Amino acid sequence: MTIHFVVHDEGDSVGVVVVEGVKAGDALTGWIMDQDKTINFKAASDIPIGHKLAIKPLRENDTAIKYGVDIGRVVAPVAEGEHVHVHNLKTKRW
Amino acid sequence: MDLSKQTFWGYRRQNGRVGVRNHVIILPVDDLSNAASEAVANNIKGAMALPHPYGRLQFGADLDLHFRTLIGTGSSPNVAGVIVIGIEDGWAKKVADGIAAAGKPVMSYGIELHGDHDTIMRASKMAKCFVQEASALVREQCPIQELWVSTKCGESDTTSGCAGNPSVGNAFDKFYEQGMTLLFGETTEVTGGEQLVAARCRTPQIREQFMAMFNRYQDVVNRHKTSDLSESQPTKGNIAGGLTTIEEKALGNIQKIGKRCLVDGVLDKAEVPTGSGLWFMDSSSAAAEMVTLCAASGFAVHLFPTGQCNVIGNPILPVVKICGNPRSVRTMKEHIDVDVSGLLRREINMDQAGDMVVDMALRTANGRMTNAEVLGHREFVLTRLYESA
Repeated sequence: MTIHFVVHDEGDSVGVVVVEGVKAGDALTGWIMDQDKTINFKAASDIPIGHKLAIKPLRENDTAIKYGVDIGRVVAPVAEGEHVHVHNLKTKRW
Repeated sequence: MDLSKQTFWGYRRQNGRVGVRNHVIILPVDDLSNAASEAVANNIKGAMALPHPYGRLQFGADLDLHFRTLIGTGSSPNVAGVIVIGIEDGWAKKVADGIAAAGKPVMSYGIELHGDHDTIMRASKMAKCFVQEASALVREQCPIQELWVSTKCGESDTTSGCAGNPSVGNAFDKFYEQGMTLLFGETTEVTGGEQLVAARCRTPQIREQFMAMFNRYQDVVNRHKTSDLSESQPTKGNIAGGLTTIEEKALGNIQKIGKRCLVDGVLDKAEVPTGSGLWFMDSSSAAAEMVTLCAASGFAVHLFPTGQCNVIGNPILPVVKICGNPRSVRTMKEHIDVDVSGLLRREINMDQAGDMVVDMALRTANGRMTNAEVLGHREFVLTRLYESA
Protein backbone atom coordinates (compact mmCIF):
# COMPACT_ATOMS: atom_id res chain seq x y z
CA MET A 1 0.00 0.00 0.00
CA THR A 2 1.47 3.36 -1.00
CA ILE A 3 1.81 5.89 1.80
CA HIS A 4 1.16 9.40 0.45
CA PHE A 5 1.53 11.31 3.69
CA VAL A 6 2.67 10.71 7.25
CA VAL A 7 1.35 12.09 10.54
CA HIS A 8 3.51 12.05 13.68
CA ASP A 9 0.72 11.77 16.24
CA GLU A 10 -3.03 11.23 15.94
CA GLY A 11 -3.68 14.49 17.81
CA ASP A 12 -1.87 16.48 15.10
CA SER A 13 -3.68 18.91 12.81
CA VAL A 14 -1.36 18.33 9.84
CA GLY A 15 0.34 15.55 7.92
CA VAL A 16 3.40 15.65 5.63
CA VAL A 17 3.20 14.61 1.97
CA VAL A 18 6.01 12.14 1.24
CA VAL A 19 5.44 11.44 -2.46
CA GLU A 20 5.90 13.70 -5.46
CA GLY A 21 3.08 14.98 -7.63
CA VAL A 22 0.04 15.12 -5.29
CA LYS A 23 -2.82 16.94 -7.10
CA ALA A 24 -6.11 18.36 -5.82
CA GLY A 25 -8.71 15.61 -5.81
CA ASP A 26 -6.22 12.73 -5.33
CA ALA A 27 -7.25 10.07 -2.83
CA LEU A 28 -4.43 9.86 -0.28
CA THR A 29 -3.46 7.27 2.32
CA GLY A 30 -1.74 8.56 5.45
CA TRP A 31 0.27 6.71 8.09
CA ILE A 32 0.02 7.90 11.70
CA MET A 33 3.48 6.93 12.90
CA ASP A 34 3.12 7.05 16.71
CA GLN A 35 -0.12 5.01 16.75
CA ASP A 36 0.80 2.96 13.62
CA LYS A 37 -2.59 3.50 11.97
CA THR A 38 -3.61 4.49 8.47
CA ILE A 39 -6.16 7.13 7.46
CA ASN A 40 -7.61 8.21 4.12
CA PHE A 41 -8.02 11.77 2.88
CA LYS A 42 -8.74 13.62 -0.32
CA ALA A 43 -6.24 16.33 -1.30
CA ALA A 44 -7.96 19.71 -1.62
CA SER A 45 -4.89 21.41 -3.19
CA ASP A 46 -1.82 20.45 -5.22
CA ILE A 47 0.77 19.72 -2.53
CA PRO A 48 4.52 19.38 -3.18
CA ILE A 49 6.52 16.62 -1.51
CA GLY A 50 7.46 17.58 2.06
CA HIS A 51 4.64 20.09 2.38
CA LYS A 52 1.75 19.76 4.82
CA LEU A 53 -1.93 19.06 4.42
CA ALA A 54 -4.57 19.77 7.06
CA ILE A 55 -6.18 16.65 8.47
CA LYS A 56 -8.52 18.79 10.57
CA PRO A 57 -10.35 21.99 9.60
CA LEU A 58 -8.51 25.00 11.05
CA ARG A 59 -9.86 28.46 11.83
CA GLU A 60 -8.03 31.74 12.06
CA ASN A 61 -6.08 32.00 15.37
CA ASP A 62 -6.21 28.25 15.96
CA THR A 63 -2.96 26.62 17.08
CA ALA A 64 -1.58 24.11 14.59
CA ILE A 65 -0.33 20.92 16.23
CA LYS A 66 2.43 18.63 14.94
CA TYR A 67 4.42 16.06 16.97
CA GLY A 68 1.62 16.70 19.48
CA VAL A 69 3.11 20.19 20.03
CA ASP A 70 2.28 23.82 19.07
CA ILE A 71 3.95 24.75 15.76
CA GLY A 72 2.31 28.16 15.24
CA ARG A 73 -0.80 30.27 14.71
CA VAL A 74 -3.25 29.78 11.86
CA VAL A 75 -3.73 33.12 10.03
CA ALA A 76 -6.29 32.07 7.38
CA PRO A 77 -8.98 29.38 7.49
CA VAL A 78 -7.90 25.96 6.20
CA ALA A 79 -10.19 23.14 5.04
CA GLU A 80 -9.38 19.45 5.45
CA GLY A 81 -6.96 18.23 2.79
CA GLU A 82 -5.74 21.75 2.00
CA HIS A 83 -2.10 22.85 1.75
CA VAL A 84 -0.79 24.35 5.03
CA HIS A 85 2.25 26.60 4.71
CA VAL A 86 3.51 30.18 5.08
CA HIS A 87 0.29 31.59 3.51
CA ASN A 88 -1.89 30.35 6.37
CA LEU A 89 0.46 29.51 9.29
CA LYS A 90 2.87 31.82 11.17
CA THR A 91 5.32 31.45 14.05
CA LYS A 92 4.29 32.58 17.53
CA ARG A 93 7.93 33.42 18.29
CA TRP A 94 10.13 36.26 17.13
CA MET B 1 22.12 -4.55 17.86
CA ASP B 2 24.53 -5.30 20.73
CA LEU B 3 27.22 -2.64 20.68
CA SER B 4 28.76 -3.40 24.08
CA LYS B 5 31.71 -5.31 22.56
CA GLN B 6 31.83 -3.25 19.37
CA THR B 7 35.21 -1.88 18.32
CA PHE B 8 36.53 0.38 15.59
CA TRP B 9 39.97 0.99 14.05
CA GLY B 10 41.37 4.34 15.06
CA TYR B 11 44.57 6.32 15.62
CA ARG B 12 45.43 6.61 19.29
CA ARG B 13 47.03 9.98 20.03
CA GLN B 14 49.49 10.89 22.74
CA ASN B 15 46.78 12.46 24.93
CA GLY B 16 44.78 9.20 24.85
CA ARG B 17 42.06 10.38 22.47
CA VAL B 18 41.28 8.27 19.40
CA GLY B 19 40.96 9.75 15.92
CA VAL B 20 39.55 8.26 12.74
CA ARG B 21 41.52 10.38 10.26
CA ASN B 22 45.20 11.17 10.11
CA HIS B 23 45.45 14.65 8.62
CA VAL B 24 48.47 16.92 8.60
CA ILE B 25 47.04 20.43 8.49
CA ILE B 26 48.50 23.81 7.59
CA LEU B 27 46.62 26.20 9.85
CA PRO B 28 46.69 29.95 9.15
CA VAL B 29 46.20 32.15 12.22
CA ASP B 30 44.82 34.95 10.03
CA ASP B 31 43.53 35.76 6.54
CA LEU B 32 46.95 37.10 5.47
CA SER B 33 48.55 33.71 5.97
CA ASN B 34 46.19 31.78 3.73
CA ALA B 35 48.41 32.17 0.66
CA ALA B 36 51.52 30.75 2.35
CA SER B 37 49.47 27.97 3.96
CA GLU B 38 47.96 26.96 0.64
CA ALA B 39 51.39 27.05 -1.00
CA VAL B 40 52.77 24.65 1.62
CA ALA B 41 49.82 22.29 1.11
CA ASN B 42 50.44 22.49 -2.62
CA ASN B 43 54.12 21.57 -2.16
CA ILE B 44 53.57 18.67 0.20
CA LYS B 45 51.20 15.92 -0.90
CA GLY B 46 49.13 14.72 2.03
CA ALA B 47 49.10 18.10 3.79
CA MET B 48 45.91 20.15 3.82
CA ALA B 49 45.51 23.93 4.26
CA LEU B 50 42.55 25.32 6.22
CA PRO B 51 42.13 28.86 4.85
CA HIS B 52 39.65 31.23 6.54
CA PRO B 53 38.90 34.98 6.46
CA TYR B 54 39.57 36.05 10.07
CA GLY B 55 42.15 36.57 12.79
CA ARG B 56 42.97 40.27 12.61
CA LEU B 57 41.96 42.91 15.17
CA GLN B 58 39.65 40.58 17.01
CA PHE B 59 39.51 41.15 20.76
CA GLY B 60 37.94 39.95 24.00
CA ALA B 61 35.62 36.95 23.92
CA ASP B 62 35.64 36.93 20.10
CA LEU B 63 39.43 36.58 20.05
CA ASP B 64 39.30 33.92 22.78
CA LEU B 65 36.88 31.94 20.61
CA HIS B 66 39.15 32.39 17.58
CA PHE B 67 42.12 30.92 19.47
CA ARG B 68 40.00 28.20 21.08
CA THR B 69 38.69 27.10 17.69
CA LEU B 70 42.14 27.05 16.04
CA ILE B 71 43.76 25.26 18.98
CA GLY B 72 40.83 22.82 19.17
CA THR B 73 41.12 22.11 15.46
CA GLY B 74 44.83 21.40 15.72
CA SER B 75 44.28 19.28 18.84
CA SER B 76 41.59 17.13 17.21
CA PRO B 77 42.36 13.41 17.36
CA ASN B 78 41.67 13.33 13.61
CA VAL B 79 44.81 15.44 13.12
CA ALA B 80 48.31 13.91 13.21
CA GLY B 81 50.43 17.05 12.90
CA VAL B 82 50.05 20.80 12.49
CA ILE B 83 51.95 23.65 10.83
CA VAL B 84 50.73 27.03 12.13
CA ILE B 85 51.44 30.13 10.02
CA GLY B 86 50.66 33.71 11.10
CA ILE B 87 51.59 37.15 9.82
CA GLU B 88 53.62 37.62 13.03
CA ASP B 89 55.08 34.91 15.17
CA GLY B 90 53.56 35.77 18.59
CA TRP B 91 50.00 34.65 17.92
CA ALA B 92 51.24 31.79 15.71
CA LYS B 93 53.28 30.53 18.66
CA LYS B 94 50.32 30.98 21.02
CA VAL B 95 48.19 28.70 18.80
CA ALA B 96 51.04 26.21 18.41
CA ASP B 97 51.63 26.09 22.20
CA GLY B 98 47.94 25.31 22.73
CA ILE B 99 48.12 22.46 20.24
CA ALA B 100 51.40 21.16 21.70
CA ALA B 101 49.60 20.72 25.02
CA ALA B 102 47.63 17.89 23.36
CA GLY B 103 50.96 16.17 22.69
CA LYS B 104 50.74 16.83 18.96
CA PRO B 105 53.67 17.42 16.58
CA VAL B 106 53.33 21.15 15.80
CA MET B 107 55.55 23.97 14.50
CA SER B 108 54.72 27.64 14.02
CA TYR B 109 56.01 30.26 11.58
CA GLY B 110 55.63 34.04 11.41
CA ILE B 111 55.81 35.66 7.99
CA GLU B 112 57.15 39.08 9.06
CA LEU B 113 60.95 39.47 8.67
CA HIS B 114 60.90 36.44 6.31
CA GLY B 115 58.32 36.97 3.57
CA ASP B 116 56.15 34.33 1.97
CA HIS B 117 58.95 32.54 0.04
CA ASP B 118 61.18 31.78 2.99
CA THR B 119 58.20 30.92 5.22
CA ILE B 120 56.81 28.54 2.61
CA MET B 121 60.19 26.84 2.21
CA ARG B 122 60.77 26.33 5.94
CA ALA B 123 57.21 25.27 6.63
CA SER B 124 57.21 22.87 3.66
CA LYS B 125 60.31 21.09 4.96
CA MET B 126 58.64 20.53 8.32
CA ALA B 127 55.30 19.56 6.73
CA LYS B 128 57.12 16.89 4.72
CA CYS B 129 58.47 15.35 7.95
CA PHE B 130 55.02 15.49 9.60
CA VAL B 131 53.32 13.80 6.62
CA GLN B 132 55.84 10.98 6.54
CA GLU B 133 55.61 10.48 10.31
CA ALA B 134 51.80 10.46 10.09
CA SER B 135 51.80 7.97 7.22
CA ALA B 136 53.76 5.51 9.36
CA LEU B 137 51.10 5.45 12.10
CA VAL B 138 48.94 2.33 12.23
CA ARG B 139 45.28 2.11 13.22
CA GLU B 140 44.51 0.04 16.30
CA GLN B 141 41.36 -1.62 17.54
CA CYS B 142 39.54 0.59 20.05
CA PRO B 143 36.32 0.14 22.05
CA ILE B 144 33.32 2.03 20.70
CA GLN B 145 33.21 4.01 23.96
CA GLU B 146 36.24 5.97 22.70
CA LEU B 147 34.46 7.24 19.59
CA TRP B 148 33.12 10.80 19.94
CA VAL B 149 30.11 11.50 17.71
CA SER B 150 28.45 14.88 17.06
CA THR B 151 25.28 15.78 15.19
CA LYS B 152 23.74 18.77 13.48
CA CYS B 153 21.13 18.78 10.72
CA GLY B 154 20.90 21.04 7.70
CA GLU B 155 18.67 22.13 4.82
CA SER B 156 15.98 20.44 6.83
CA ASP B 157 12.51 19.85 5.52
CA THR B 158 9.55 18.01 6.95
CA THR B 159 11.09 14.63 6.05
CA SER B 160 13.99 15.49 8.40
CA GLY B 161 11.62 15.32 11.36
CA CYS B 162 9.97 12.12 10.09
CA ALA B 163 13.01 10.16 8.96
CA GLY B 164 16.55 11.61 8.91
CA ASN B 165 16.60 13.17 12.39
CA PRO B 166 14.85 10.36 14.32
CA SER B 167 17.18 7.84 12.60
CA VAL B 168 20.11 9.74 14.12
CA GLY B 169 18.15 9.92 17.40
CA ASN B 170 17.76 6.14 17.38
CA ALA B 171 21.52 5.77 16.79
CA PHE B 172 22.24 8.32 19.56
CA ASP B 173 20.09 6.31 22.01
CA LYS B 174 22.15 3.22 21.15
CA PHE B 175 25.47 5.09 21.47
CA TYR B 176 24.38 6.72 24.74
CA GLU B 177 23.68 3.32 26.30
CA GLN B 178 27.32 2.44 25.62
CA GLY B 179 28.58 5.48 27.51
CA MET B 180 29.90 7.26 24.44
CA THR B 181 30.56 11.02 24.21
CA LEU B 182 27.94 12.78 22.07
CA LEU B 183 27.18 16.36 21.07
CA PHE B 184 24.30 18.43 19.72
CA GLY B 185 23.62 22.19 19.69
CA GLU B 186 22.03 24.80 17.38
CA THR B 187 20.66 27.10 20.06
CA THR B 188 18.06 29.07 18.09
CA GLU B 189 16.92 25.92 16.38
CA VAL B 190 15.34 24.46 19.50
CA THR B 191 12.96 27.47 19.66
CA GLY B 192 9.51 26.06 20.29
CA GLY B 193 10.95 22.84 21.69
CA GLU B 194 13.23 24.34 24.35
CA GLN B 195 11.04 22.96 27.14
CA LEU B 196 11.46 19.45 25.71
CA VAL B 197 15.25 19.80 25.83
CA ALA B 198 15.09 21.39 29.29
CA ALA B 199 13.07 18.41 30.51
CA ARG B 200 15.83 16.08 29.32
CA CYS B 201 18.59 17.84 31.28
CA ARG B 202 20.01 15.50 33.91
CA THR B 203 20.05 18.02 36.79
CA PRO B 204 18.32 21.30 37.65
CA GLN B 205 21.70 23.03 37.39
CA ILE B 206 22.25 21.80 33.81
CA ARG B 207 18.67 22.84 32.99
CA GLU B 208 19.38 26.36 34.26
CA GLN B 209 22.61 26.55 32.25
CA PHE B 210 20.81 25.36 29.12
CA MET B 211 17.94 27.85 29.55
CA ALA B 212 20.42 30.69 30.17
CA MET B 213 22.13 29.87 26.85
CA PHE B 214 18.76 29.60 25.10
CA ASN B 215 17.50 32.91 26.49
CA ARG B 216 20.74 34.72 25.68
CA TYR B 217 20.44 33.66 22.04
CA GLN B 218 16.76 34.68 21.93
CA ASP B 219 17.88 38.14 23.08
CA VAL B 220 20.38 38.29 20.19
CA VAL B 221 17.59 37.48 17.72
CA ASN B 222 15.18 39.95 19.30
CA ARG B 223 17.79 42.72 19.35
CA HIS B 224 18.77 42.40 15.69
CA LYS B 225 15.69 41.09 13.94
CA THR B 226 13.84 43.11 11.31
CA SER B 227 11.16 40.46 10.68
CA ASP B 228 10.04 37.09 12.07
CA LEU B 229 13.29 35.73 10.53
CA SER B 230 11.31 33.89 7.87
CA GLU B 231 13.75 32.88 5.08
CA SER B 232 16.65 33.09 7.55
CA GLN B 233 15.40 30.73 10.27
CA PRO B 234 13.63 28.73 8.81
CA THR B 235 15.80 29.23 5.73
CA LYS B 236 14.41 29.73 2.25
CA GLY B 237 15.47 26.13 1.57
CA ASN B 238 13.60 24.90 4.65
CA ILE B 239 10.48 26.72 3.48
CA ALA B 240 10.82 25.34 -0.06
CA GLY B 241 11.00 21.91 1.60
CA GLY B 242 7.70 22.51 3.42
CA LEU B 243 8.79 23.71 6.86
CA THR B 244 6.67 26.71 7.85
CA THR B 245 7.69 27.95 11.31
CA ILE B 246 10.73 27.84 13.60
CA GLU B 247 8.67 25.80 16.07
CA GLU B 248 8.03 23.11 13.46
CA LYS B 249 11.70 23.09 12.45
CA ALA B 250 12.83 22.87 16.08
CA LEU B 251 10.58 19.92 16.89
CA GLY B 252 12.08 18.07 13.94
CA ASN B 253 15.58 19.10 14.97
CA ILE B 254 15.17 17.75 18.51
CA GLN B 255 14.42 14.28 17.14
CA LYS B 256 18.20 13.93 16.76
CA ILE B 257 18.69 13.38 20.50
CA GLY B 258 16.50 10.32 20.45
CA LYS B 259 14.05 9.30 23.13
CA ARG B 260 16.28 8.13 25.97
CA CYS B 261 19.45 10.28 26.02
CA LEU B 262 19.74 12.81 28.83
CA VAL B 263 21.64 16.06 28.50
CA ASP B 264 24.65 15.56 30.78
CA GLY B 265 26.22 18.98 30.36
CA VAL B 266 26.45 22.19 28.37
CA LEU B 267 29.44 23.68 26.58
CA ASP B 268 30.34 27.08 25.24
CA LYS B 269 31.48 27.16 21.59
CA ALA B 270 34.50 24.93 20.85
CA GLU B 271 34.83 23.80 24.47
CA VAL B 272 35.89 20.21 25.01
CA PRO B 273 33.61 17.86 27.01
CA THR B 274 35.03 16.77 30.35
CA GLY B 275 33.25 13.42 30.47
CA SER B 276 31.08 11.01 28.53
CA GLY B 277 27.37 11.44 27.81
CA LEU B 278 25.33 13.87 25.72
CA TRP B 279 26.50 17.49 25.63
CA PHE B 280 24.65 20.58 24.37
CA MET B 281 26.86 23.23 22.77
CA ASP B 282 25.61 26.83 22.57
CA SER B 283 26.12 27.42 18.86
CA SER B 284 24.88 28.84 15.61
CA SER B 285 22.61 26.64 13.52
CA ALA B 286 24.53 27.46 10.33
CA ALA B 287 25.91 24.14 9.12
CA ALA B 288 29.57 24.93 8.46
CA GLU B 289 29.93 27.09 11.59
CA MET B 290 28.45 24.44 13.84
CA VAL B 291 30.36 21.52 12.31
CA THR B 292 33.62 23.50 12.54
CA LEU B 293 32.90 23.95 16.28
CA CYS B 294 32.15 20.22 16.68
CA ALA B 295 35.53 19.44 15.11
CA ALA B 296 37.27 21.94 17.39
CA SER B 297 35.61 20.31 20.43
CA GLY B 298 37.35 17.05 19.55
CA PHE B 299 34.57 15.08 17.87
CA ALA B 300 35.71 12.39 15.43
CA VAL B 301 32.60 11.51 13.38
CA HIS B 302 29.67 13.78 12.54
CA LEU B 303 26.13 12.66 11.71
CA PHE B 304 24.35 15.16 9.46
CA PRO B 305 20.73 14.42 8.62
CA THR B 306 19.33 16.54 5.80
CA GLY B 307 16.10 16.87 3.84
CA GLN B 308 16.69 19.17 0.88
CA CYS B 309 20.33 18.00 1.00
CA ASN B 310 22.87 20.43 2.36
CA VAL B 311 26.19 19.46 0.70
CA ILE B 312 28.46 20.52 3.61
CA GLY B 313 31.70 18.83 4.64
CA ASN B 314 34.56 19.69 6.98
CA PRO B 315 38.31 19.43 6.46
CA ILE B 316 39.07 17.22 9.47
CA LEU B 317 35.71 15.86 10.67
CA PRO B 318 34.04 13.30 8.37
CA VAL B 319 30.42 14.35 7.82
CA VAL B 320 27.97 11.47 7.24
CA LYS B 321 24.80 12.55 5.38
CA ILE B 322 21.55 10.86 6.25
CA CYS B 323 18.49 11.63 4.14
CA GLY B 324 14.86 10.53 4.09
CA ASN B 325 13.56 12.71 1.26
CA PRO B 326 13.04 10.44 -1.77
CA ARG B 327 13.40 13.37 -4.16
CA SER B 328 16.77 14.44 -2.70
CA VAL B 329 17.92 10.82 -2.69
CA ARG B 330 17.09 10.70 -6.40
CA THR B 331 18.44 14.09 -7.47
CA MET B 332 21.48 14.46 -5.15
CA LYS B 333 22.52 10.85 -4.70
CA GLU B 334 26.28 11.53 -4.69
CA HIS B 335 25.98 13.46 -1.40
CA ILE B 336 23.95 10.97 0.64
CA ASP B 337 25.71 8.28 2.67
CA VAL B 338 22.64 6.73 4.31
CA ASP B 339 19.29 6.60 2.53
CA VAL B 340 16.48 6.24 5.08
CA SER B 341 13.65 7.14 2.68
CA GLY B 342 12.37 3.57 3.15
CA LEU B 343 10.98 4.79 6.49
CA LEU B 344 8.46 6.98 4.67
CA ARG B 345 7.35 4.06 2.51
CA ARG B 346 7.02 1.92 5.65
CA GLU B 347 9.62 -0.47 4.22
CA ILE B 348 11.91 -0.19 7.26
CA ASN B 349 11.25 0.75 10.86
CA MET B 350 13.06 3.30 13.03
CA ASP B 351 15.19 0.66 14.75
CA GLN B 352 16.47 -0.56 11.38
CA ALA B 353 17.10 3.00 10.21
CA GLY B 354 19.05 3.68 13.43
CA ASP B 355 21.14 0.54 12.83
CA MET B 356 21.95 1.79 9.31
CA VAL B 357 23.22 5.04 10.83
CA VAL B 358 25.26 3.22 13.50
CA ASP B 359 26.76 0.98 10.83
CA MET B 360 27.77 3.91 8.63
CA ALA B 361 29.23 5.79 11.61
CA LEU B 362 31.43 2.77 12.36
CA ARG B 363 32.43 2.23 8.73
CA THR B 364 33.34 5.93 8.57
CA ALA B 365 35.36 5.58 11.77
CA ASN B 366 37.18 2.58 10.26
CA GLY B 367 38.28 4.70 7.32
CA ARG B 368 35.52 4.71 4.71
CA MET B 369 35.56 8.19 3.19
CA THR B 370 32.24 10.02 3.31
CA ASN B 371 30.70 11.49 0.18
CA ALA B 372 31.58 14.98 1.43
CA GLU B 373 35.24 13.94 1.81
CA VAL B 374 35.41 12.35 -1.64
CA LEU B 375 33.71 15.37 -3.21
CA GLY B 376 36.25 17.70 -1.56
CA HIS B 377 33.93 19.57 0.81
CA ARG B 378 36.21 21.28 3.34
CA GLU B 379 34.10 24.07 4.76
CA PHE B 380 36.11 25.59 7.62
CA VAL B 381 34.03 28.45 9.01
CA LEU B 382 34.96 30.26 12.20
CA THR B 383 32.18 31.69 14.35
CA ARG B 384 32.46 35.43 15.03
CA LEU B 385 30.79 37.04 18.04
CA TYR B 386 31.00 40.72 16.99
CA GLU B 387 32.89 43.31 14.87
CA SER B 388 36.67 43.57 14.81
CA ALA B 389 38.29 46.53 16.56
